[in-house]
Amino acid sequence: MYQYNDFDAAFVAERNAQFRAQVERRISGALTEDEFKPLRLMNGLYLQLHAYMLRVAIPYGTLNGAQMRQLAMIAETFDKGYGHFTTRQNIQYNWPKLKDVPDILDRLAEVEMHALQTSGNTIRNVTADHFAGAAADEVEDPRPTAELLRQWSTDHPEFQFLPRKFKLAVTGSAADRAVIRAHDIGIQIVEKDGEIGYKIIVGGGLGRTPMIGKTLAEFLPKADLLPFVEATVNVWNRLGRRDNKYKSRIKITVHEHGIDDIRARVLTRFEQIKPTFKGVDRDLFAQIQQNFDAPAYRNAPVDAHTAMRLANPAYASWSDTNITAHKNDSYAIVSISLKKHGATPGDASADQMRVMAELAETYGHDELRISHEQNVILPHVHQSDLPAIYAALREADLATANIGLISDIIACPGMDYCALATARSIPVAQEIAERFDELKLEHEIGALKIKISGCINACGHHHVGHIGILGLDRAGVENYQITLGGDGSEDAAIGERAGPGFSAEALVPAIERIIETYLDVRSEKAETFLQTYRRVGMGPFKAALYPDSKASAA
Amino acid sequence: MTVIVTDSGFAADDWNGGFCTLDSLPANDCAGVDLPSDAEPEDLRARLDGLSLIRVDFPSFADGRGFSIAAELRRMGYKGRLRAKGHVISDQYAMARRVGFDEVEIDDALAARQPEAEWLFRANWTKHDYQARLRG
Repeated sequence: MYQYNDFDAAFVAERNAQFRAQVERRISGALTEDEFKPLRLMNGLYLQLHAYMLRVAIPYGTLNGAQMRQLAMIAETFDKGYGHFTTRQNIQYNWPKLKDVPDILDRLAEVEMHALQTSGNTIRNVTADHFAGAAADEVEDPRPTAELLRQWSTDHPEFQFLPRKFKLAVTGSAADRAVIRAHDIGIQIVEKDGEIGYKIIVGGGLGRTPMIGKTLAEFLPKADLLPFVEATVNVWNRLGRRDNKYKSRIKITVHEHGIDDIRARVLTRFEQIKPTFKGVDRDLFAQIQQNFDAPAYRNAPVDAHTAMRLANPAYASWSDTNITAHKNDSYAIVSISLKKHGATPGDASADQMRVMAELAETYGHDELRISHEQNVILPHVHQSDLPAIYAALREADLATANIGLISDIIACPGMDYCALATARSIPVAQEIAERFDELKLEHEIGALKIKISGCINACGHHHVGHIGILGLDRAGVENYQITLGGDGSEDAAIGERAGPGFSAEALVPAIERIIETYLDVRSEKAETFLQTYRRVGMGPFKAALYPDSKASAA
Repeated sequence: MTVIVTDSGFAADDWNGGFCTLDSLPANDCAGVDLPSDAEPEDLRARLDGLSLIRVDFPSFADGRGFSIAAELRRMGYKGRLRAKGHVISDQYAMARRVGFDEVEIDDALAARQPEAEWLFRANWTKHDYQARLRG
């Protein structure tokens, strides 16, 4: 894992001192609320529906046990005893007091964490594949690249007042677990003729105008990364629209000017910027890379896991869904579900955080990851330790066996917390999860991603849900639109709207009709919902969703 | 009246050369030019040698285009004075200096609300700079 050097530590301390002063100046009136707003935002502090919300960065989703324990301590000391893990690998505290925030930031700094650039019109927390460094299909660990980008984007003087926010995601595998095609810039580490480089995708994004990113560079030499990304952001900073915040993201700039025009501008700028990087960044990258060496894998028999699978059906079920193959044959990647049926997706209590920290320290080479799907990962677990981990997770109410299934739902905070929301999301996720748990159909249905947003800004990624749900306000009444066939993977696709929306009461039955249709028309059990949808199209689902309109059309 | 902010604090404006707009520059022999935040720095490339002060407008502190304009002018090799003018707040002083501005011009009202000490607080802009570290 990356360890702060003296420079990083001094930077964060200085920045925290500045923010402490800014809070004081806001209170004294030296700063207007308008002026304070971007300053608090670039330090992660939002004003929500009921209170301030502090969004803490977990760069590329990686943290260790001590950091997780500190997050638990902060939840207990300064908040209501829990935290919410987000789709951008951050953690949010929903109830901090303004006066406490500088202290919270100091506590974070003690464990090399911060809330820098987790909001505001700047380059946000850089995300990465949550299986980085452990995945069997990886060309290269994306985290050193993400850390280099974190350092480059932190306090970048040109890019603190951009037209709008700017999100970067990095993956080292062809199988895209980081949704790079829905980011302002998505970076895929690729290999060509024995050389490692980057494929650069630009202009993806969700929100009210969803777009799948387009290829800006098919193969970029590694050494060119920072000047190339800087050129891209520079072009957009000058060209991006500032007259309408809904048209300010780079996806619109790319759409309006065309990818070829943008590429030409970026290449011109790149030639000008490249000479300002003299290779020091490459030395730094090499140093960063050393921080991410593979752990010292243990060599031991894995019989305990195999035996337990035979002895305990609940364990077998959990290991079927929550375990992923590791690049080391004796190891496993454990996904800890924060989606217990009926619970708030992504929430963890301070006690649960401490349990996960302890498991990482005892069995997981002291590493944890946060996934964009709002779960926690133990990336390096020897298979012989899986039974003990399972037992501890059960004890802490963290052993739900539903990773990748219908109840493993991404949901934005929605109207329960968010000032922008037009409908509730969390209760919808809870109802769907509880309903299918009750029907005992979850495992029969298999791989299925439901994603729920409580407004058009699409924080819940509904556009790329196999089933997407968008909560709107129709004359003061919640109305939920359903989209089908969305996909956030390497085959990224925006879901197609099924038809008129549903009331909160009619929504879960509508989802049930979609699922019944799928179970009915799938060619075999192995054909997933998404595969079935791609084969049969919207027709049968639409007929099931709107039986009356079918009758009247006939 | 306006105040000029540099690393040593507040001072009065010492520039007596006047300012032309980008449009009026070809017809006049101006040493100073005013650039709006939507200007294209490339348009100045051929004239940089004849200029002693370029003043970039910040219509709002939230409009960050001026930071990129400054960076581009410096990359083109402009060595003269570079000034940010308008709604720049003290918290942006370090950013302004790091992209290549020499000074910031603010009005008296802003100077009264954000006094000299707040600007001097960020006069240490060469410290804690990731860009300097990455570029060597």
